[in-house]
Amino acid sequence: MTENFRLNKGGLINRNKKISFKFNGKKYFGYEGDTLASALIANGVHLIGRSFKYHRPRGFFGAGVDEPYAIVQMNRNHEVDPNVRATEQELFEGLEAKSVNCWPNVDFDIGAINNFLNKFFPAGFYYKTFMWPKSFWYKVYEPIIRKAAGFGAASIKHDKERYEHKYEYCDLLIAGSGPSGLASAYAAAQNGAKVILAEDKSRFGGSLLTSDVTIGNQTGKEWAEKIISELKSMPNVIVKNRSQVFGYYDHNMLVMSERVSDHLPKTDKYIPKQRLWYIRAKEVVISSGSIERPLVFGNNDTPGVMLSSAAKEYLKIYGVLVGKKPIVFTNNDSGYETAIEFKKNGIDPIVLDTRQDTNSEITKEAKELKINIKFSYVVVTAKGYKKVSSADIAKISEDKKNLTSIENIKCDCICVSGFWTPTIHLASQSGNKTKFNQEIDAFVPSQSKQKETTLGSANGVFTLEETLKTSFEKGSELSKKITNKDNTVTIPTVTEKKSSNHDKFWCVPLPEGKDYKRFLDFQNDVAVSDIHLALREGYRSIEHVKRYTTLGMATDQGKTSNLNGLQLVSDVENKLVPQVGHTTFRPPYTPVSIGAIVGREVGKHSKPTRKSPMHYWHEKNNAVFVDAGVWLRPRYYKQGNENLFEASKREAKNVRKNVGVCDVTTLGKIDIKGPDSAEFLNRVYTNAWLKLPVGKARYGVMLREDGIVMDDGTTTRISENHYHMTTTTAQAANVLSHLEYYLQLVWPELNVNVVSSTEQWAGAAIAGPRSRDVLQKLFPDLDVSNQGLPFMGYMEGNLFGVNAKIFRISFSGELAYEVNVESDNGNFMWEKIMEIGKEFNIQPYGTEALSTLRIEMGHVAGSELDGRTIPYDNSLEGLVSKKKDFIGKRSLSKKAYIESDRQKVVGVVPLDKKTSIPEGSYIVKDAKAKLPNPKLGHVSASCWSVEYDNPFSLAIIKDGKNMIGQKLFALSPLKNKTIPVEIVSSHYVDPKGERVRS
Amino acid sequence: MLYIKCPHCGLRSQNEFSYGGDATIKRPELNKEISDQDWDNFVYLRKSPRGKHLELWQHISGCRQWIKVERDTLTHEIFRTFKANEGI
Repeated sequence: MTENFRLNKGGLINRNKKISFKFNGKKYFGYEGDTLASALIANGVHLIGRSFKYHRPRGFFGAGVDEPYAIVQMNRNHEVDPNVRATEQELFEGLEAKSVNCWPNVDFDIGAINNFLNKFFPAGFYYKTFMWPKSFWYKVYEPIIRKAAGFGAASIKHDKERYEHKYEYCDLLIAGSGPSGLASAYAAAQNGAKVILAEDKSRFGGSLLTSDVTIGNQTGKEWAEKIISELKSMPNVIVKNRSQVFGYYDHNMLVMSERVSDHLPKTDKYIPKQRLWYIRAKEVVISSGSIERPLVFGNNDTPGVMLSSAAKEYLKIYGVLVGKKPIVFTNNDSGYETAIEFKKNGIDPIVLDTRQDTNSEITKEAKELKINIKFSYVVVTAKGYKKVSSADIAKISEDKKNLTSIENIKCDCICVSGFWTPTIHLASQSGNKTKFNQEIDAFVPSQSKQKETTLGSANGVFTLEETLKTSFEKGSELSKKITNKDNTVTIPTVTEKKSSNHDKFWCVPLPEGKDYKRFLDFQNDVAVSDIHLALREGYRSIEHVKRYTTLGMATDQGKTSNLNGLQLVSDVENKLVPQVGHTTFRPPYTPVSIGAIVGREVGKHSKPTRKSPMHYWHEKNNAVFVDAGVWLRPRYYKQGNENLFEASKREAKNVRKNVGVCDVTTLGKIDIKGPDSAEFLNRVYTNAWLKLPVGKARYGVMLREDGIVMDDGTTTRISENHYHMTTTTAQAANVLSHLEYYLQLVWPELNVNVVSSTEQWAGAAIAGPRSRDVLQKLFPDLDVSNQGLPFMGYMEGNLFGVNAKIFRISFSGELAYEVNVESDNGNFMWEKIMEIGKEFNIQPYGTEALSTLRIEMGHVAGSELDGRTIPYDNSLEGLVSKKKDFIGKRSLSKKAYIESDRQKVVGVVPLDKKTSIPEGSYIVKDAKAKLPNPKLGHVSASCWSVEYDNPFSLAIIKDGKNMIGQKLFALSPLKNKTIPVEIVSSHYVDPKGERVRS
Repeated sequence: MLYIKCPHCGLRSQNEFSYGGDATIKRPELNKEISDQDWDNFVYLRKSPRGKHLELWQHISGCRQWIKVERDTLTHEIFRTFKANEGI
């Protein structure tokens, strides 16, 4: 296919580099420097998609972020990327893209039947149409709507591309590199300010690239290039293209998405596809320019109808004609620039100007060029289905209400200019109270909330001279406040054409007897009639009208539709636009990929992985790991073909019979020092701590102020004013914050310091009847007898040259010790234990066996201390002191906490002694009771008791105290199980606790 | 993302802090009689003001100090920050 619409010369593309690409499977050619849009238009392709609701044919409307239609699905480097604007996607060799929202293809789209059924798809049709039968929504309507709606399909594969995050700080962040951005950046940089200048497009310069102006003795484009190269050479300036500042958040935090590799066929190694910048700026300059406003007329969504500024951009930047028989339909001088550009390239446009004859500089020039201009003329409707083929035009009366002399003229494109809308999205996001400027019929920023300044056409200033002057001045002023330097910059002289006033006209009336669809929001298929309907149905607030009709929503965020929508509402409601107000602009200004938002935090990088010093030993010995918070812990050590159940049973049995060793490094540890430590612990824990002797450990329970158990663990008095606290793995961080809270804010008079020492110590629990034998051999010089080191005793020792702390504490319920050494010596300790323990048949055991051991002993853990239980519920009421006050004590006298049938932990055994009870099962009295079956409580933890060789569970049930011996049922609707059970004591094994003291 | 001036470390981003609620709540003294009503108010009852609010934050990824922040809940403006032992 040849490029029929490419001019022989002109544009900023590299004509020496031809590029081939595919659209909807068909091969085309373009040039380096093209966008997908410009290359398709050069090839005469204008049908690019189907509209959202009516599936009407869609072409190109803009040339950049303003594009509401041309959204394609990209296929790049074996990854799909939905929701890409063809006007922003730069061309690369081998690019593949396809249309969205059409089936089976864009040329013949079955959904287009919606267009003929459009009476059934008015505003709010979702709410009206699919309400009954109710059951149909989930299975019938919703899937069909899902399939029919939306722009493109996300990949269900893992995205292999790399995305990065970057944090940056600067004095001035400048969003947009048009004249105001360049001037303010330059002035600020001269004052030594740290500047970031961000440009969304690949080329810097904004409007200077396409406008016919001179600055000093250079063209606008040359001047822009000079400023950019100077800025790039300055060490205090970061200049970024392909970077969209899309969100303005609190305290001058802005987020920018940099498309690092999207313009390349493949992402280079070590380079991300996209980079998300979090920028904290002292001052922000919003120089985001303005977007041309459409004029509204019949079938104004037909492919070939586009913004006049876009047509000019395709001509001047890409050397591409959007048509060869253009109509320029304008209410202001801007349209003439496009018409003149056509004329200069040998194409004869017809200009329809809604104004009466005007004689501004540019209209004079157009007249001199003999361009056919029709004043007081409008386009009534575009004709043609997949492409404009003609237009009905008419003379419009002075009051803009009557159309006369309607005629049909041939054309292949209609370039519309309804004046300019400042891009105030960022200012509005920052909290700026915008105001309506009557002169330009648009909102402009007004009272800044944060440190933001809007300049140039984004601020409603449309002359280059004033833009440059104010931007240089503002750049100097803002930077001077920060750097205290005042290097004045001379403001260059400017030549530009003086423009005359625009016509306050935006919507062509319908001719008698016609009901052409006149679109306001092109992306969401919102027509004038939809707004009328919403208002008729009683929607008044602009925010409600927006939601009911979808005007200004989705990825477009009302870039081209916002003001025309407001105009319409204000006309119908007979209000002024500022009384109607505008809807809230929300970030992101343009779509941001989920990948960029997530960054590098994917897969195993989504959170840190913490490993104990013995991790590699576990790995070498066939440990199967489990996530325990952010830690990896051995769940079991696989031998041969064992499964989890078999291995954990073997390991637990060996602890009961011989001796086992478990890595307990992950337990939270807090070092507590200071003369008031004992008093502090006494307030933190429910039990008494003042009389704990040096060299002794004690089990403690701490509560929140509302009486709920927060955590448990042992704390050991190492010396007079030094304690070693342990917490559960999961609560370690919260407990530390909790302690710090009370020390810093509530009882600052207590002289105590706390610090986390979790990472400093590697821990091994040696448990089982032979554990003393192992310990004695590890520390031959110590007296570790029952008298020398009694239950809850503590001593320090020397483990083959390594300092060790020995605690006689037990979670397994067996005779057990925990040995701590400095983390670096953890592996040494572990290997010594395994070596010495060999003769006593030592085996390592993982968390699964650990659970089994604690459950059958009735020791409560995280599944019982679940943030809903008080000490009584866990049979820990014996640890609650009646004599002293402590955190949360007052709450324990709450009525609900002292009721006689209060829930309590119990043991549960299936009557058949075979069926394991799923965790989370309900305990009920009657398995066949009417639903909802009143539940007594739930099963919190289950295991296979190795002591009795049958299943055993813990449950927290109502009146648990009086339920022992009852025959009840465990129900698991999830697993469809009903298990007859008997309630027993939670202390299933060794209820008197003789083993730990043996 | 808020920019909070830790009185110990200087300006830091919000993601270094964790929120701690109303800073004007005073824990009742230990070992003192207190009515059910007063205790429940202390444990559960919090105002949710629109506007100025004195609140606690902990600089968990920094100096680990609890600090007081005077913040507008509507505009997120931060007026002043204090060390734990400073009042307004």
